[in-house]
Amino acid sequence: MPETSATIQLLSPEGRLVENAANEELHALVRELDEGQLRRFHRDMAVTRRFDVEAANLQRQGQMGLWVPSFGQEAAQVGSAYARRQQDHVFPSYREHAVALVNGIDLVDIIELLRGNTHGGWDPKQHNNFHLYTLVIGSQALHAHGYAMGIGLDGAHGSGDVERDEAVIVYFGDGATSQGDVSEAFVFAASYNSPQVFFLQNNHWAISVPVERQSRTPLYLRSTGFGIPAMQIDGNDVLASWAATRQSMDAARTGQGPRFIEALTYRIGAHTSSDDPTKYRDGADVDAWRAKDPIARFETYLRGLGTEESFFEEVREEADAIAADARRRTMEMVGPPASVIFDHVYTDPHPLMAEQKAWLERYEASYGENA
Amino acid sequence: MDELVTMTYSEAVREALAIAMERDERVFIMGEDVGTYGGAFGVTGDLIHRLGEDRVRDTTISELGIVGLGVGAAMTGMRPIVEIQFSDFTAQAMDQIANQAAKIHFMLGGAVNVPLVIRAPGGSGTGAAAQHSQSLEAWFAHIPGLKVVMPATADDAKGLLLSAIDDPNPVIVIEHKLLYKTSGEVRPGDTRVPIGVAEVRRTGGDLTIVATGVEVSRSLEAAEILAAEGIEATVVDPRTLKPLDTETIIAEVIKTGRVLLVQEAVKTLGFMSEVAAVLSETEAFVHLRAPIKRLAGLDIPIPYAPQLERAAVPQVDDIVAAARTLVQEW
Repeated sequence: MPETSATIQLLSPEGRLVENAANEELHALVRELDEGQLRRFHRDMAVTRRFDVEAANLQRQGQMGLWVPSFGQEAAQVGSAYARRQQDHVFPSYREHAVALVNGIDLVDIIELLRGNTHGGWDPKQHNNFHLYTLVIGSQALHAHGYAMGIGLDGAHGSGDVERDEAVIVYFGDGATSQGDVSEAFVFAASYNSPQVFFLQNNHWAISVPVERQSRTPLYLRSTGFGIPAMQIDGNDVLASWAATRQSMDAARTGQGPRFIEALTYRIGAHTSSDDPTKYRDGADVDAWRAKDPIARFETYLRGLGTEESFFEEVREEADAIAADARRRTMEMVGPPASVIFDHVYTDPHPLMAEQKAWLERYEASYGENA
Repeated sequence: MDELVTMTYSEAVREALAIAMERDERVFIMGEDVGTYGGAFGVTGDLIHRLGEDRVRDTTISELGIVGLGVGAAMTGMRPIVEIQFSDFTAQAMDQIANQAAKIHFMLGGAVNVPLVIRAPGGSGTGAAAQHSQSLEAWFAHIPGLKVVMPATADDAKGLLLSAIDDPNPVIVIEHKLLYKTSGEVRPGDTRVPIGVAEVRRTGGDLTIVATGVEVSRSLEAAEILAAEGIEATVVDPRTLKPLDTETIIAEVIKTGRVLLVQEAVKTLGFMSEVAAVLSETEAFVHLRAPIKRLAGLDIPIPYAPQLERAAVPQVDDIVAAARTLVQEW
């Protein structure tokens, strides 16, 4: 599903600014960004990509049961992640590694999660309200709305002060748009006028099912019928992603109701390390999207602004160092003891957990040294 | 009689699907990634190329939708087979399964059948964590109107599926992810395994093990280890959970007087709780010389780390230890 006449783009695949009536307001927002922020966009996209490649290799080497590649979706993620404000809450699906990075998650925590060393990964409260990855498709759209309802009941939005009013952003993919949860979340969000942004990364594939099979119309049209204003952006354009999300989040937080953003991007890699995309798609499509690479175009743009080679070299070195550090720490990981399986099944002591934990300990002890 | 063919459990399921679809044009398959990709676990394989995309239908990610339209198609007389990619996701589809598929025939006074088959891979052991590893068979067995089968061998995977497709009732087929790659001897052609008939897989005089799903092969392996120690076990595989072949189970328990019930699902209110109850309220009870013993998954979500996942459900060693204790102490 290619771009449409409605697709908003600020930066072309060639790295040149695109200016037109449709993107004028977003350009105005982008002009407020300083050079440091632009550099952070590049740095975080590059670091995430390098880490993603390293993690995929670690999975192939048996260090994780599964890896979920984010390759190709860096601009959609980094731009939208920086658009949140400090008081906001973020509900990811399971591919949002760059969003995690921007929100202060140690990327190795994602490896811990996908290695099974933790059951969830991190505490959102300790990590800038970045919630847990959601492994069941589309469920988080409703969680995000529930949270947004809570914001509404707290009266924590709608004052008009963007530095104080709270909002929620929820990430999901094209596959999730067929799940009832997402449509139900649209119904509720519109009905309660909740401070919520639905951020769809249309990466064009629900495992093997192409987006053309999932929807006959562009997905950004989906929410309008529910009463939620929408826009479709070039998701490989980090500036469009940032500006569209900033504008939509601020609209939602100040009481203008929910917003929907469809970011057109592409899953360059597999759905997860468990599938082989060559079974269901040909290379031509992938090549076409590689030509629209989000990092390359932004690098070209930054160079045009006068950013020197030394900056890009520093980022490459930092990304390599982060990848090497992730590898070293992964290899040093020690699995959790069996006793943790009874922790947190319930919030408080539970007789059945106590009984089964005692049984397991006795049973394991019965094997003596051979346990 | 034709010679047996060795094939994997997964190939046996695929063969049943192909046989049913080739002989009956009302049969079709729907599910996520079942077409071009051949199924998340490779079960449907090349069927889309053999039978076409109208009959092997890739769907969007909409479990409630797939099952619901399966119900509708079944009501018109079609024979839909729905694959739910992981049995955990029957949770999304539960209204259509429990409130619709199971009750339509009853509520319409028998005027309409719902010959729907839902294939759902369940179980742990593949490193798929809490939301992709559950054993939920008891959910379905608890709903009047549904039949539930749980094949443990390749031949049963084929034969029970063929029977399920022909059955005029909605049938839930709980396959096991770990069994897909295991091989077994399969009878060629359109050979059925009747729904509601248990299989005695091994006989021995010291105790009777009743096991389902992946625990059947683990129990058989345990029985060989026990035999080396001089303990002989009978192993009964109910194969169908509902309707349950209580007659065979009761008869086999009476013969040994000791029973070990093994399931992968969590212990509390699991299927073996029902088997235990059946044994305690029938003539089997007076023949027991030991208390009924259940060996089941711990009452926890399946952990992701491999060593923790193993600890959460009965393994061969656990069955051996439990059987040994049962025989030695009683």
